[in-house]
Amino acid sequence: MELLLKNGRVIDPANKLNKPFDVRVSRGVITQIGSNLPAENGERVLDVAGCVVVPGLVDMHVHLREPGFEGKETIHTGTRAAAMGGFTAVAAMPNTQPVVDNQAMVRFVLEKGRSEGLVPVLPIGAITKGIKGEELAEIGEMVEAGAVAFSDDGKTVASSALMRRAMDYSKMWDKPIICHCEDLSLAAEGVMHEGYYSMLLGLKGIPAASEDIMVARDIILAETTGAQIHIAHVSTAGSVRLIREAKARGVKVTAEAAPHHFSLTDRAVEGYDTSTKVNPPLRSEEHVAEVLLGLKDGTIDAIATDHAPHALEEKDVEYDYAPFGIIGLETAVPLAVTYLIEPGYASWAQVVNLLSLNPARILGLSRSLAVGSIADITVVNPQMEKTVDPQTFVSKARNTPFAGKVLRGWPVATIVRGRLVMENGKLLEGEN
Amino acid sequence: MVFGRKDLLGLQELSRDEINLILETAVPMKEILQRDIKKVPTLRGRSILTLFYESSTRTRTSFEAAAKYMSADTFNIATSSSSVTKGESLVDTAWTLEAMGVDVVIIRHSASGSPHYLAKRLKASVINAGDGTHEHPTQALLDMFTIKEKLGRLEGLEVAIVGDIFHSRVARSNILGLVKMGAKVRVVGPSTLMPKQIGELGVTVHSRIEEALEGVDVINVLRIQRERQQKGLFPSLREYARLYCVTPERVRYAKPGALILHPGPMNRGVEIAPEVADGTQSLILEQVTNGVAVRMAILYLIMGGAGSHGVTA
Repeated sequence: MELLLKNGRVIDPANKLNKPFDVRVSRGVITQIGSNLPAENGERVLDVAGCVVVPGLVDMHVHLREPGFEGKETIHTGTRAAAMGGFTAVAAMPNTQPVVDNQAMVRFVLEKGRSEGLVPVLPIGAITKGIKGEELAEIGEMVEAGAVAFSDDGKTVASSALMRRAMDYSKMWDKPIICHCEDLSLAAEGVMHEGYYSMLLGLKGIPAASEDIMVARDIILAETTGAQIHIAHVSTAGSVRLIREAKARGVKVTAEAAPHHFSLTDRAVEGYDTSTKVNPPLRSEEHVAEVLLGLKDGTIDAIATDHAPHALEEKDVEYDYAPFGIIGLETAVPLAVTYLIEPGYASWAQVVNLLSLNPARILGLSRSLAVGSIADITVVNPQMEKTVDPQTFVSKARNTPFAGKVLRGWPVATIVRGRLVMENGKLLEGEN
Repeated sequence: MVFGRKDLLGLQELSRDEINLILETAVPMKEILQRDIKKVPTLRGRSILTLFYESSTRTRTSFEAAAKYMSADTFNIATSSSSVTKGESLVDTAWTLEAMGVDVVIIRHSASGSPHYLAKRLKASVINAGDGTHEHPTQALLDMFTIKEKLGRLEGLEVAIVGDIFHSRVARSNILGLVKMGAKVRVVGPSTLMPKQIGELGVTVHSRIEEALEGVDVINVLRIQRERQQKGLFPSLREYARLYCVTPERVRYAKPGALILHPGPMNRGVEIAPEVADGTQSLILEQVTNGVAVRMAILYLIMGGAGSHGVTA
């Protein structure tokens, strides 16, 4: 397909671009960038005046639930939700049933991604067999099969000795270990952040220390092993400070934050809406403030949604019994615009780093709008205002705490390897 | 004044006026209880369900008595005797019962917020009879009624709440209600059973009981649950009793004649000494009687009653 994006503002910090340009795409590659490019024969012209044109967004932390939990989400629906949200690639966590802990499962996810996905699916392999935290999984074979990172996400590798081995071992392939940091003896049966609101609501709290302690441990292990680690879903002020300090010391650590952790506080739990139940939990104001600061000063490298779909009936229960998780693919971009750019925490260039260049780099992908680059492109209309309506989601799930919120800055086009897969909120299947 | 609420979920939602309305409406209700024939036709034709997911004798019986004295029909569901054990969800159970024509659902549940969950989904009124470690509003209202009946007011009184503040729904509801009514509340207990942010509710926090009881008008003693010790929140019941048991010696720190309350059931010798529980200052049995009166008032108001003047006794 031949495409010409006209009159948009091209923002690509990798090439220090931030000005109005037209972008020509041909056969999956960016072929020309310049002013007033004339349309060529047979070329599809998209007038994106008023919009920003950025390198394709990458969500490095999603749960597509397939295989095993297809009632919650599938690779088919999850990648469509991604395209709708402006994402041109997603990295899928391995806590499926069976767990992605061997090369056959990695191939299954890749294969399903190719045959049914609308955007590429990058498999993350488990660190330990069955995510049981007992024995190392076959990391080497999984790398050969195409795994981009390793994580026991959803669970912490409780044994420090095993985590040290995992880091030591993964070093051989330069693949990051993604750390889900939670001291289970402290988190116990907690269902929300431990603080004023957990006291008021009588809900069992998860203290911030539960995260801080494991972040500290994993940083120490990364420092002693020299491995590259990535801290998933940072939610506490303590974690941000530990990561900031570790980076200054030269530890190979990167980090991500989820949109709900910079846009909501634990106050949202009032009323016991189970769509606010998530792990790590929505934290109190001082933690949210530090996460925002971490995004601003670069301590946190990436925004990742931790898209965690659940079936309606699973969430429609008492707060204590609901599963943890918030879906994020279809709301991440407007949340970043509304809560980071508009209040001045981040510039557009920073948000492009957070949502595209940095997660791509951490996973070993490239993202660029330079001529000759693969045409993974996202177009966002910064002015577009829309009320979040879960009924319109293409994800199977509806578990979002943002229903009814008015957000600004919605993605209007998603281009994957030169192919337009979403335009103005409509998915384009196979027709181009 | 009309009580405009469909549900009674907690003291947090109630205004001072609403609390006063309930307490005032309970006065003529108590008078009904003291008659030879304890029956009024006020709620004839209304059906009231007690849905208890946690064992309870006194609260459930108290609600049932309140409903029966007002001629309502009552139904009980306890977890052991229903499809709940077959894995039916809370909302399905409640919808099924609503389809049978129940007007009020009185729920006790170990998960905080369960009554709120039901209230959002049912047309029937929902009354919280204790949810997890959140609230137990009818207990707090009966405690306040008892205090007001004896001392004539709540405003300006010094009230000490002793024990496991962290896990106690009775404590939470009492604190929220009493502070709203202008009482000065002190809480005391081991620091492992004290939420760090409790002071933000407008109470003063103590760890030494003698200090907390100094000059108070009321001592409300909470039940200590053995499982908290098993979870390691304090070393032993013996040490707990040594540090926090409300003994006659400790009661002497309070104002002469200070009222002693306990929501029951009691662990004698652990959180309260038998001499105190059975002493002249103890209102523990009076609380039980008042519990029925207060619950009559709540049922009456929630079913659309028009305050104390409208009681057709």
